[in-house]
Amino acid sequence: MTRVKTKYNRRDFIKSSAIAGGGLMLSFSWLASCKPEKIDILEMPDEWFELNGFLKVGNNGVVSIMSPNPEIGQNVKTSMPMIVAEELDVDWANVLVEQAPLNTDIFSRQLAGGSQSIRQGWDSLRMVGATARQMLKQAAADLWEVPLAEITTSNGVVMHEASGKKAGYGEMANAASQLDVPEEVELKEVKDFKIIGHSQKNVDGPDIVMGKPLFGLDVYREGMLVAMLIHPPAFGMRIKDLNANSAKSMPGIKDVYVMNAYPEDYIKQWSDITAFNEMVVIVGETTWQVMQAKKAVRVTWEEQGEFVDYFESGSSPDGKYPVTYPGALESTAAHKKDLASLGEKLAEEVRKDGDPEVAFRNADQIIERSYSAPFLAHNCMEPMNFFADVQDDYAELVGPIQTPEYMEKSASARLGLPLEKIDIKMTRMGGGFGRRLYGHFLVEAAAISQKMKSPVKLVYSREDDMTFGTYRPAYYATYRAALDENKQLIGFQVRAGGIPSGPLFANRFPAGAIDNYLAESWSVDSNVTTGAFRAPRSNFIAGAEQSFLDELAEAMGKDPFDLRLELLDRAKTDPVGKPEENDYDPERYAGVLQLAREKSGWDKPENSDKSRGVSAYYCHNSYVANVLDLVLEDGQARVDRVCCAVDCGIVVNPDAAVNMVEGGTVDGIGHAMYSGLSFREGKPDQKNFDTYRLIRHAEAPKSIDVHFVESEIKPTGLGEPPFPPIMGALANALYRLNGKRVYHQPFVSDGQILG
Amino acid sequence: MATVNIKVNGKQHSLEIDPSTPLLWVLRDHLNLVGAKYGCGIAMCGSCTVHVGDIAIRSCVMPVSQLGTQEVTTIEGLSEKGDHPVQKAWIEHDVPQCGYCQAGQIMNAAALLKSNPNPSDEDIESAMHGNICRCGTYTRIKAAIKTASK
Ligand code: FES
Ligand code: FES
Repeated sequence: MTRVKTKYNRRDFIKSSAIAGGGLMLSFSWLASCKPEKIDILEMPDEWFELNGFLKVGNNGVVSIMSPNPEIGQNVKTSMPMIVAEELDVDWANVLVEQAPLNTDIFSRQLAGGSQSIRQGWDSLRMVGATARQMLKQAAADLWEVPLAEITTSNGVVMHEASGKKAGYGEMANAASQLDVPEEVELKEVKDFKIIGHSQKNVDGPDIVMGKPLFGLDVYREGMLVAMLIHPPAFGMRIKDLNANSAKSMPGIKDVYVMNAYPEDYIKQWSDITAFNEMVVIVGETTWQVMQAKKAVRVTWEEQGEFVDYFESGSSPDGKYPVTYPGALESTAAHKKDLASLGEKLAEEVRKDGDPEVAFRNADQIIERSYSAPFLAHNCMEPMNFFADVQDDYAELVGPIQTPEYMEKSASARLGLPLEKIDIKMTRMGGGFGRRLYGHFLVEAAAISQKMKSPVKLVYSREDDMTFGTYRPAYYATYRAALDENKQLIGFQVRAGGIPSGPLFANRFPAGAIDNYLAESWSVDSNVTTGAFRAPRSNFIAGAEQSFLDELAEAMGKDPFDLRLELLDRAKTDPVGKPEENDYDPERYAGVLQLAREKSGWDKPENSDKSRGVSAYYCHNSYVANVLDLVLEDGQARVDRVCCAVDCGIVVNPDAAVNMVEGGTVDGIGHAMYSGLSFREGKPDQKNFDTYRLIRHAEAPKSIDVHFVESEIKPTGLGEPPFPPIMGALANALYRLNGKRVYHQPFVSDGQILG
Repeated sequence: MATVNIKVNGKQHSLEIDPSTPLLWVLRDHLNLVGAKYGCGIAMCGSCTVHVGDIAIRSCVMPVSQLGTQEVTTIEGLSEKGDHPVQKAWIEHDVPQCGYCQAGQIMNAAALLKSNPNPSDEDIESAMHGNICRCGTYTRIKAAIKTASK
């Protein structure tokens, strides 16, 4: 046991308990996603006792645990409560999980982003379980009149060994709920974990396979209207004129009007980024009616010209900073030209070690390669949507949002209601991938409900969703390596840019491993709106860097594992630059490489003929290495096997973690191979899945094996880290398969693999 | 507007609606059966898959008037307690991530197994081609279908 000071004072807990015990729990129980999962299996208690804002114990020993964070498919709704249950020391079979609503009084960081839910929740979730356990023990010690230190627990039972006394948590729950929150608690040793590290099934699994209403789009209310939007067809355009006469008279249609999502003078938070502010709203009774009316609305558009958005800023004197967007209607052909030609002119040095100029001047051989990738649309399977019921003095907002805490402020500003009058409930999300960090759709739904004086569900069609980006930026990177006459690496340069922002991480590997190193960054302004996309920046630069290292290893006559491990050894034993500057742990990095090497049988002679690609990357505090095998099937490249080695610290829910790594792997292969969004005159060329290619069943790897580094380090990110490196492994395997290097994503276009 | 009679999950309904309304929106907006999902509206993603008779169809592009007397089964009607072999296999393999595509995947898999109780990997890949999963659960889906076929 480890003794730790609890971070909570008693007052916090009283406040939390009071809130959680009040009307709040009942008021959102209508939402199917909040319905206790195991209701058929578990007997419900007659009475619940709140031990803190996160958990209640029933008089029969059943425990209900709140899952605080938004669930986007990353399994936090299962794995976060597992951490609480572990320290509470209960049988997982006796645990019910409920999705918590937004409540900043009780929960901190109710956000899904940056693969941080588990990492940043770890300590406090353990504490929540441990303090409740301590209170149950105290209640038993008081009742039995024995010293607290002699009380032990196991699987939901408190015990006093000397006297042979025993009681279920349910029997102590009432007394425990009256006690003060302890100031110091014991935490379990990692080796004693019984729930963490043992696979538990997705708590929403049964509801998902039975098609229960769990998602934002599934919200229906008596008298609810459906709203859809028409946004400009091109980035850089705005509404000139609206003719809605015929649409307005169509069956079921209530109104068609022009709306500004955010007020003109509104200063945005980062999560308010949105492509279009002024839009046409169509409101009607049913989705199909609104879809039909939408087609009948006639809008003429005009060029918007240069425009400015203001964002919050703590550092500027007036609290805001302007972002200026160019006015032109942009096209992919011009983007490509800019990306290929402007880097040298615009690049700014971000990190320099040694004297790269001299190294390149003295080089016997210089290898220079450039890589690129297009804009990507998030394409969450559930399109953007939100339910809003705004009344004079109260707003209820329900739907899929990764940033409820931020968007509550935006809704408050838009509606003119104080924060405490706004109630946000989070539904399970049909994917997030960063798209639902930007919650303009929540604000739009709220504004429409306020104007219509009715509950409204705002629905984006797939076309609306795909053409209303906060896209992944388009990226470009040029790598250069200087080799001496002995084929030793003496200089390294990366110059990375993008539209409208670049992908560089100057302090990541191989920074710190090479004496003469230069990293430069650049970008080109654009009015195409971009934002975070699963593993921002890493989702391109990893593949580029890892492809380049493969080519470098070949030129140096080295095994691709050996080259990486030698560089990491240098970074560990004699790092270039200050060690704290280098943003990775060379030992853990080498660890996943060694594990992948072993598990893939890399050095076995029977594998030497395979078309295998190696890659490894570090992001979101975790390390992933891949070996990807390709085979030819009917003349097509097919991924036969992917071996993944992962170091994400303690693995909370192993099978779910494997699922996440498998998914990230498939998603990464898919985007590198097939996906891309292009523009003509500001208009996206792809609007739906007939033209936007996502990976499909027959293109997924035949098998994926996932191996975790055994670790007692606190858990780190897992939603994003498996995604970036696989793109490099794929490119490297393609080279082994057909002798041609691929540099530009997507690798497949019109069924052909491009060089 | 017209009167449309349809039978869904064994229950008969009579609705006053536009007969061109796709079955998906009839299920979701009029019958409160939201298990079939909207993903693309153009038969390209499979989220909206339901059975008409024993055949898996994309309900987003099928006007409700085209059903005639054929009976519709949705994920809600696949089994009463979620114990259809495909649903059980899905739980056993803990397939879903976000879960949004899964009702469509399950309905498509159930129809596949009805017509081909022992599908090969290739059979599964081609039958499931129309169902996209952005979360990338394809390998688990295949494993679950194999389990369900046993
Ligand atoms: S919604 Fe019907 S196939 Fe996509
Ligand atoms: S599980 Fe998320 S789209 Fe398939």
